[in-house]
Amino acid sequence: MALLRSLNRPSRHFSLGFLTLGGFIAGIMFWGAFNTALEVTNTEAFCISCHEMRDNPYQELRETIHYSNRSGVRATCPDCHVPHNWTDKIARKMAATKEVWGKVFGTINTREKFQDKRLELAIHEWARFKANDSLECRNCHEYVYMDITQQSPRAADQHERLLANGEKTCIDCHKGIAHQLPDMSGVKGWN
Amino acid sequence: MRHQNSARLSWFRTTLRGRIRAFIGALFVAAFAVSAASIAEPLATLRGETINQEPRAPMMGKQVNTDLRAVRNYPEQPPTIPHKTRGYAINLQANKCLSCHSRRAIEQSQAPMISVTHFMDREGQVLSSVTPRRYFCNQCHVPQLDAKPLVGNDFVDADAVIKAKGN
Repeated sequence: MALLRSLNRPSRHFSLGFLTLGGFIAGIMFWGAFNTALEVTNTEAFCISCHEMRDNPYQELRETIHYSNRSGVRATCPDCHVPHNWTDKIARKMAATKEVWGKVFGTINTREKFQDKRLELAIHEWARFKANDSLECRNCHEYVYMDITQQSPRAADQHERLLANGEKTCIDCHKGIAHQLPDMSGVKGWN
Repeated sequence: MRHQNSARLSWFRTTLRGRIRAFIGALFVAAFAVSAASIAEPLATLRGETINQEPRAPMMGKQVNTDLRAVRNYPEQPPTIPHKTRGYAINLQANKCLSCHSRRAIEQSQAPMISVTHFMDREGQVLSSVTPRRYFCNQCHVPQLDAKPLVGNDFVDADAVIKAKGN
C-alpha cells in the first residue's frame, strides 16, 4: 500500500529533469538489452544449445538443400521458424514460452519422445505456415520473383495453376523439406 | 651306428630344409615376375588405376529433370523417373511419391497414376491403394543421370530383333 502511494505522489527528492532524462536513458538501455537478448534467442547457436534441437531437427536439416547447396546460401532455424516482422515475432516468442515448459519438464528429451510428438509439433508449424501464407518461405521464395521458365515443367505447371491464384500455399505441397516427416497417414494430401 | 643314423637324419633334414628354401625362393621369383609384368602392363579395370594410385573421382552426374517420359526398352520395364527426387521420403512414416502419383492425388498433380497392378496383392486381389509389396517405389523406378554408361552394352530392342529376322 505504501509503495502504491509513493508511486502516485510527486517526487520529493528528484528533479523533473533528472526523472525525464533518467527515464529516457533507462528506457534506451532497457530496450537495447531487451532487443539484444531477443536477438540472441534468434540464432542457430541458441536453438541447438539444447540437445533436443541439436540431436533431432538440426541433424535432419544438415542433409537437406537448405543447409548445404552449390551456391552456399543457408537457411538457419530462425529464418523459417521465427517471423521477421516485429509484432509477429513477439507473438511467436510468447508462444515459445510453452517450449521452455517442455524443456524444463523434458517433454521431448529423448529421440523416442521426440518421434512420438513429431506429428503434433509438425501440425503446429504447418498451421502457422498455412495461416501466414507461408511467409517464412516467401521471404526468399516469393512467387512473383520466380522465373517460371527456368523451372521444370511439372513445377512450373503446379506453381502457375495452384500457387498463383492462392489456392495453395508453399507448405501445402512442400512438407518435410528440411526435417523428416512424421507419420503422414491421415494428413491431407498424403495417402 | 647311432652316429651314422643321426648323420643320415641330418642329411635328410638339410635336404628337406633346402627343398623348402628352394620352393619359397621360387615363389618369390614368380611373384616378382608377375608383379613386374603387371607394372609393365596395368590391368584394365573399371577403376582405371593400379591399386596404389588414387583415381580422380568422376564428376557428379546431373539428374534428368525434363518431365518427359522415356521409352521403355521392353514392355515390362518399370518406367524411369523423369524428374529429380532429392530428399523424397519413402519410409514407414511417409511416401512422397504417392503424394502426387496416388489415385486421389493425380487430379491435382496431373502426374501419371501408379498402375493398377500396384494395387494387387500376391493373390491378385485389387486393394483400394498401393499394396505393401509395391510401396517402395525406388526398388524398381529410378531417376536417370545425364551421363555416359560406365560399361558397354549390346542390348537390342525386341522390335529390332524381330525386324532383323525379317518377320
